[in-house]
Amino acid sequence: MSRPVDQAKNAETFLADTVHEQRLDELLWAMRMRRDAAARQVPEWEELRTLASEIKEHTLSNLSQYLIQFEARATANGMIVHWARDAHEHNQIVYDILAEQGIDALIKSKSMLTEECELRPFLERRGIRVTETDLGERIQQLDNQPPGHIIGPSIHKTTKDVAVLFSQKYGSDPNNEDAAYLAGVMRENTRPDILKAHAGMTGANFVVAETGAIVVATNEGNADLSAHTSPLHICSVGIEKIIPTRESLAVFIRLLTRSATGDTITQYTSTFRGPRKGATMHVILVDNGRSARLGMKRFWHSLKCIRCAACMNTCPVYRRSGGLSYGSTYMGPIGIIMMPTFEIRKYSELPFASTLNGSCTNVCPVKIDIHEQIYGWREVMEENGQIQVVKKEAMRVADAQPSDPLPDRHGHTVNRTGSPSPLRHLQPLECMGQAPGCPGSHNRNIS
Amino acid sequence: MQAALMVPCYIDMLYPHVGIATLELLEKLGVDVVYPKDQTCCGQPMANSGCYEEARATEEHCAKVFGSFDCVATPSGSCTHHIRNKFTAGADSPERQNLVRNTYDLVEFLHDVLRIREFPWATFEHRVALHTSCSAIRGLNMASMSEHVHDPVFSKPQALLSGVPGIEFVEFERVDECCGFGGTFAVTEEAVSAKMGYDKLAFIQQATPDCIISSDMSCLMHLQGCARRQKQDIPFYHFAEVLNGVSL
Amino acid sequence: MSSSQALSRNTILDSVRANQPAAQSMPTIPHFHTNNPTDLVATFCESIARMAGVVVTDHVPDLDSFLRTKFPNAKVICSAIPEYGGTTQPASLNHWSEASTIDVCILRSPMGVAETGSILLSDIELQVNTIAFLAHDLMVLLDTKQIVANIHDAYQHTYFNLRPYSVLMTGPSGSGDIGGIVVHPAQGVRSLTVLLSPAPDAGQRTG
Repeated sequence: MSRPVDQAKNAETFLADTVHEQRLDELLWAMRMRRDAAARQVPEWEELRTLASEIKEHTLSNLSQYLIQFEARATANGMIVHWARDAHEHNQIVYDILAEQGIDALIKSKSMLTEECELRPFLERRGIRVTETDLGERIQQLDNQPPGHIIGPSIHKTTKDVAVLFSQKYGSDPNNEDAAYLAGVMRENTRPDILKAHAGMTGANFVVAETGAIVVATNEGNADLSAHTSPLHICSVGIEKIIPTRESLAVFIRLLTRSATGDTITQYTSTFRGPRKGATMHVILVDNGRSARLGMKRFWHSLKCIRCAACMNTCPVYRRSGGLSYGSTYMGPIGIIMMPTFEIRKYSELPFASTLNGSCTNVCPVKIDIHEQIYGWREVMEENGQIQVVKKEAMRVADAQPSDPLPDRHGHTVNRTGSPSPLRHLQPLECMGQAPGCPGSHNRNIS
Repeated sequence: MQAALMVPCYIDMLYPHVGIATLELLEKLGVDVVYPKDQTCCGQPMANSGCYEEARATEEHCAKVFGSFDCVATPSGSCTHHIRNKFTAGADSPERQNLVRNTYDLVEFLHDVLRIREFPWATFEHRVALHTSCSAIRGLNMASMSEHVHDPVFSKPQALLSGVPGIEFVEFERVDECCGFGGTFAVTEEAVSAKMGYDKLAFIQQATPDCIISSDMSCLMHLQGCARRQKQDIPFYHFAEVLNGVSL
Repeated sequence: MSSSQALSRNTILDSVRANQPAAQSMPTIPHFHTNNPTDLVATFCESIARMAGVVVTDHVPDLDSFLRTKFPNAKVICSAIPEYGGTTQPASLNHWSEASTIDVCILRSPMGVAETGSILLSDIELQVNTIAFLAHDLMVLLDTKQIVANIHDAYQHTYFNLRPYSVLMTGPSGSGDIGGIVVHPAQGVRSLTVLLSPAPDAGQRTG
């Protein structure tokens, strides 16, 4: 059992680095502004959000039926469909597929699910070399760091950081921070791996039950690359990614990229319905706690998530903490409400990494009530005795006990005249934890 | 008309002048104000920490004290948001339902119930940065939310303050980004909370206001602390004080 | 299906069935045509330009000289259209990786999308799918009569129900992963040019 991630302490460390914190905050706020500008171009924006939410709620409440439909259609299309109950089973299935063909090198595009399952270390321990083809994922792989953001895994790194990293790994010029130059360095160094690949792996943004298709959206085309540059394509996808029809797909495609980056669509939005001639395509449907989460009355709406990261971009806490501070696969607001379902103790502090301001809920394209779920998780943590002693103590200390006599009805307060508050080292808070009254109750001032 | 005045515990303890200003303002407007003396707290701090058991007794007490009034006004968006939208720790009762239905933030009370727009006894010839709390915006719909790009832009506190002769509002960036207070958050995530406050102050200061006004004292308290730590000398006023006729 | 797979499948489906909330109905999805722009070609051009794609609206009488002027260093010009030979054709590629030797490939797309500036390609147009992301530059012919208004219209195309691979491509490949600065290109094609030109047999459609 893991100790709880101390997100607050990690955030404090991140904040001490003013260069990186300021850059991340500005960059992601700019993404939020781009999202706003894109939404303004779509008069039916709010209607699309409602439709997306309702489509997901319909699908999730009929999930078994759609899973079976997808399996049948995908199989008819020539895909081989697998089922994985948990992360370990998923990883084993991937390994078995590769081992059966004697393959020891795999290229893959970005998949948060494979991060969740910790696929790469599993395969690497068994002698399979894995090369990430997504630029941001590759940067993080080279640096031995997990992704810090679900759309831009290396977004917390400056161009200088990347230049230094590439010079260490690829021998490029450490002083050339030009992004185009660095992208070229990456392209040159990964192209040989890609062209020699014997197996490629992708995730999926959406799974269409009606047509037996998987849909992947990238700006680099690296998922298309990963899927095509070998006769073996493995696609891993969470069971909650299913949507019923092509028609419903359109709603999500219109919302996804606008919410994520403010563009109308990604440069490559691809539909895979089956293997090409002479090739094999596997789809692994992964549960890993999703079916259990479906039964959580207060929290199952988190399964609607389409992984756009709009919540992270708008979250003022995320932008000042950095994605790595959460110590989790999924971070920011959506991470707070998902991660406790994986490991409640390890992520017991996350629901408190929020001011409950509600901006996340407002930008979520599928209308997940994120901040309300964060509030709900706090109660769960308290009920399950998960609130750390230290945190509880801090909350009690915040109990306002002014030592100065209170001013009279017509007087000025100490704050008004500028002299230090008796609780100068803390922001004085509302009364804490002393039901039914608060300490001030005996000294009610106004009468 | 009659209204019960709920004064948030932290205002009573630390900023009683805000409670007094609210009282005086309501009396100026002809409201018969009742101040129940055994009021304590709305339960928000405990509930926001997940401590529902502790919140329960507080909320039930609050319902008992205020539940018989047709109108309850309070100079706090966060308390109003808690009562209207999250008042679930205590047992249900007619008093609880009454309280949920009849509690108004001061802004709402003036704007929607009394429908007042002019405050002839006040003047405030200053450049004002108006900060509206997240509870007020997203919990109580007191102003438009920047995320909802198609909604018409509006602000009830600004509409009311516009009735004070001389006020000039400055515009600043990230107008509805959270100030970082967040209740317990300010203690448990002090570094991030403070940074959010410093950033908000920086955006506000770029617009060179003479002062900062809000209808939520908790935000002001936080920003005030941040300003003090940065040795920034900018005055802070609660919305009620300005409408009541305070001068700089 | 192996017995262990059958077990996994049944376990998952049982768990889903036990947990799924009360069934909620599927909404009706409008196609939002009342909000569509009236000049689809102009909208298409604006949309693709935002994604660093290029549109050529003028009539091009001689495709070969046009290509050689636009791509003066191109040695391998692959043509996937019957009316032009180029230096090579997709059928000549022996292996998917050989698409990386193509300097520029010219193809015809059966559909453009005004809302996003996307063009549709499938295994039919590409013939060798890897051309879509291994060739250096792409030149795509598009009949203006085949530009649809929005994404709702786009996903009505039968390719999405019939082809093993279909892609909506919008401009050249790009990435913002390095310090948040968007660069073109990243892994895929370096440039995408759309040439507006009537389809040879405009009345007929493949797919």
